[in-house]
Amino acid sequence: MSLQTPLGKALGLGSAGNGVHHWWVQRLTAVALVPLGVWLLVSLVTLPSLDFVTLVSWIGGTWTASLLTVFVITASWHSRLGIQVIIEDYVHDHGLKTTSLVLSGFVHVLLAALGVFAVLRIAFGSPL
Amino acid sequence: MRARPLSPHWTIYRMSRYSVLTSLANRATGMVLSVGLLLLIYWLTALARGARAYAQAQAVLGSDLAKVGYAGVIAAFSYHLVAGIRHLVWDTGRGLEKTQSQRSAWAVIVAAVVLAAVSIWWAFRAREGI
Repeated sequence: MSLQTPLGKALGLGSAGNGVHHWWVQRLTAVALVPLGVWLLVSLVTLPSLDFVTLVSWIGGTWTASLLTVFVITASWHSRLGIQVIIEDYVHDHGLKTTSLVLSGFVHVLLAALGVFAVLRIAFGSPL
Repeated sequence: MRARPLSPHWTIYRMSRYSVLTSLANRATGMVLSVGLLLLIYWLTALARGARAYAQAQAVLGSDLAKVGYAGVIAAFSYHLVAGIRHLVWDTGRGLEKTQSQRSAWAVIVAAVVLAAVSIWWAFRAREGI
């Protein structure tokens, strides 16, 4: 049994060195999502029609396809970081917390992959 | 007799309550937007699977429940966008004074409501395919 206090154990170890990373990526994706999100909202709201052909030809455009790809990846990443913080704050059971974090990570990667694949598939013209 | 020192009256905490409320709302709208992301991916996947698959997906995407969902996502996005920009400004060390953050809390609420109302009204105008 160690007689060291918890504070004594923690002192002098130095930082893990990666504490800022989560914060920084969260802000970086947030900054990117301001113009991307506004662009997506304005585009969807101003589309003259929402029938299949209009949507597919809009998504298939070079700019739309590229920006949508970036949006899907950035939004998935930002969402993963946000959900992570919420799980860490509100799920107190250690096992459940770890499971939820891993599951959330997998789901977000899958979402990003599905989104990117869908946009590319539309852009390269297989659905018509 | 001199006035006795009092513990802080609850009105002193009003600003912190606003602050907590706007911060909590940012988390809540963020969670709504995660569901919105799910909806966006479902929509893109349905489009990618072709005209027939997209027509079938209309049972979900064109339902009244989905329409309530779109309005909710637009409202959540409006709030999260404006409140998020406020957080980014805070990160630069600006606007953190009590009166400033109180004022910006109101500015966020007003801007978010206006943005949401205009976007929802514009999105739900008569369009083909809705």
